Amino acid sequence: MTALLETDLGRSLLAGRRARGRRRALVLAALALLVVATYLLSLMIGHTRYSLGDVLRVVAGQTVPGASFTVGDLRLPRATLALLVGLAFGMGGVTFQTMLRNPLAAPDVIGISSGASAAGVFAIVVLGLSGGVVSVIAVTAALLTALAIYLLAWKDGVVGTRLILVGIGVAAMLDSVVSWVLMRAASWDLQTAMRWLTGSLNDATWDQVVPVLVVVALVAPAMVWLGRDLDLLHHGDDTAAALGVPVERIRILAVVAAVLLIACATAAAGPIAFVAFLAGPIAARLVGPGVSLLVPSALVGALIVLIGDQVGQWAFGTRYPVGVVTGALGAPFLVYLLIRANRSGGSL
Amino acid sequence: MTSSHANQHRLSIERVSLRYGERHVVEDLSLALPDGEITVIVGPNACGKSTLLRAMSRLLRPTEGRIVLDGADIHRLATRKVAQVLGLLPQSPIAPEGIVVADLVARGRHPHQRAFTRWSRTDEEAVLAALRATGVAELAERSVDELSGGQRQRVWIAMALAQQTDLLLLDEPTTFLDVTHQVEVLDLLIDLNRSRGTTIAMVLHDLNLAARYADHLVAMRDGNVVAAGVPTQIVTPDLVRDVFGLEAQVVADPVSGTPLVVPIGRHHASASAAVVH
Repeated sequence: MTALLETDLGRSLLAGRRARGRRRALVLAALALLVVATYLLSLMIGHTRYSLGDVLRVVAGQTVPGASFTVGDLRLPRATLALLVGLAFGMGGVTFQTMLRNPLAAPDVIGISSGASAAGVFAIVVLGLSGGVVSVIAVTAALLTALAIYLLAWKDGVVGTRLILVGIGVAAMLDSVVSWVLMRAASWDLQTAMRWLTGSLNDATWDQVVPVLVVVALVAPAMVWLGRDLDLLHHGDDTAAALGVPVERIRILAVVAAVLLIACATAAAGPIAFVAFLAGPIAARLVGPGVSLLVPSALVGALIVLIGDQVGQWAFGTRYPVGVVTGALGAPFLVYLLIRANRSGGSL
Repeated sequence: MTSSHANQHRLSIERVSLRYGERHVVEDLSLALPDGEITVIVGPNACGKSTLLRAMSRLLRPTEGRIVLDGADIHRLATRKVAQVLGLLPQSPIAPEGIVVADLVARGRHPHQRAFTRWSRTDEEAVLAALRATGVAELAERSVDELSGGQRQRVWIAMALAQQTDLLLLDEPTTFLDVTHQVEVLDLLIDLNRSRGTTIAMVLHDLNLAARYADHLVAMRDGNVVAAGVPTQIVTPDLVRDVFGLEAQVVADPVSGTPLVVPIGRHHASASAAVVH
C-alpha cells in the first residue's frame, strides 16, 4: 500500500500538495499579521500619536495619562468595531458567494444589507425607536429579506443567477423605501439615520462592540466548521451531495449564519459598502483555488475596514465615513465583475 | 488497492414512482443492479433514464416506492454514509476556477473525512491510485481549466474513484466527448469493474456503445422498463422499434460480437427491403 507513494509520481504528488499547503499557510499568516499590525497602528495614529508601548499598556488595562482616554475610550472601541465588522462582512459575504457560485451574490448586492438598513431607518424615523431595539429589528429584517429573496427566486430549486437578479430588484425596492423614509425625517433623526446608509465607525462605543463580538465569537467558529461542506457546493449541488454533503441543511445553516454576521455588523456600523462583496474575490486571488475562503475573506474584510477607516479619517481634508472609502473602492470592481461575468459566466 | 475484492454493497429499485412537480416521469418501476456488473440504461430523450439515475443516487426522492441500499431505504440513510459506498458522476459537474487536478481529485475523499481530520497517507494513496487508474497522474499539478474535454472527464472519474465506493453511477459520462475519448472512458470503466468488482450503472445515449459495454442492458420508454437483460439476447429490431420508434437492422458487431444497430432511415428503406428479400 505505502509503496505507491514511494514512486516518483507519489513523491511529486505529495510534494505538490505540501507546496500548495505551505503557500496557503504563508498567505494566511501574512494576512493575520497585517490585520494585527493595522489594528495596532490605528490605535497609535491620530491627532496625537502614541508609541506602541503606550498603546499596549492601555490595552493591558494600565493607566497612561492622556493615552488612557484617547486610546482606551476613543480609538480602542473604534478599531475593535472596525476589526469585528470587517471579519463579519468578509465571512458573511464569501459564504453567499461560495454558496451561489457567483461573486455578484454578495449580501450587499442582493439586498440583504438593504433589508437591514431599511428596517433600521424605518425604526428610527417612523417608529421613533433607538438603541438596541433598532439593531434587533434590523437583524430580523435582514433574515426576512433573505427568506423573501429565496422564496421569490424559488422555481424547482434555487439557481444562482435568478436569485441574484431577484436580489438586485429587492435591493432597489428597499433602497427606495429608505429614501422615502428619509424624506419624512426630522433633521435630528437624519443624523442617526444616515449611519444606516453609508456605514460609519464614528463615535463607536463599547455598547456597539459587545453584540458584534458575541455574534462573531459564536458564529464564526461554527461557520468554519461548516466550511468544508460549504466549499463543496462550489462543484454544484449534485456533486456535493454525491460527496456526502447534506446540501439543503448546509445551505440553510450557512444562510442563517451569514445573515446573522452581516446583519449584526450592519446594525453596529451600518452597511459599510462593498466590504462583503470585495473580501471574497480578493482573498481568492491571494490564497489560490481549491481551498476554503472563509477565514482568508474574514481577514481581508477586517483589513479593508481598518485601512478604509484610517484613509477616510486622515487622507483627506475632511473626515469621511469608512463607507465612502470602501464604496469608492468597490464600485469600479463591481463594474469590472459585471463586464467579466457577461463574458464568461464568472466565478469567484 | 487489493485487486478484485468481494463486492458487499447492493442497490435496487422497488416499485418507484418519480415526478417533477406535477409531471409523472417514472411510474411503478422496479430494477436491481446485478452485483459486480455493468448496467447501462438506454432510451429516447425524456424517457426518465436520467431521472431514475438521480433517484438511485439519492438526489431525488421517490413519491412512491423506495430505493434500497443494502436493505435500507436510501433516504433514511445519512448523506455521508451513502457517499461512502455509492459514488456518482453527475452530468455536468463544476470545477472551481483554477483548481489543480490533485486538489479536485482529493475532494473525492470528503465522505471518508471528518471535520478537522488531517489529510492522511491513506487519502493520498487513494488519490494517487485514482489518478493512475484514469491515466491522469501526469496532469496532477495542472489546472483543470487547461485540460481537454476527455482529460477533464477522466479527472472527474478519478474523483469518483478516490471515493472508493463499491457502487458507481454515471450520468452520460461520454456526452461532449469525441468518439476516441468515449471509447477511452468506457474502457476505463470496464477496467475498474474487472479489477475491483465495482458495480457500475450508467446512462448512455449511444445504443451501440451501450450494447457493447453493458453486461446488463436496460431499455426504457415513457418511464417504464421495456426490456432488461444481456444485450445479445434483448437487442432486436423489434426492441429498437419499440423503444426508439426506429426501423433498424441488428447485426453482430464485427469486433466484439455484440449487437450492432444499423438504422435504416427514410432514404434507404427500399434498399434494405431489397436486401432482406
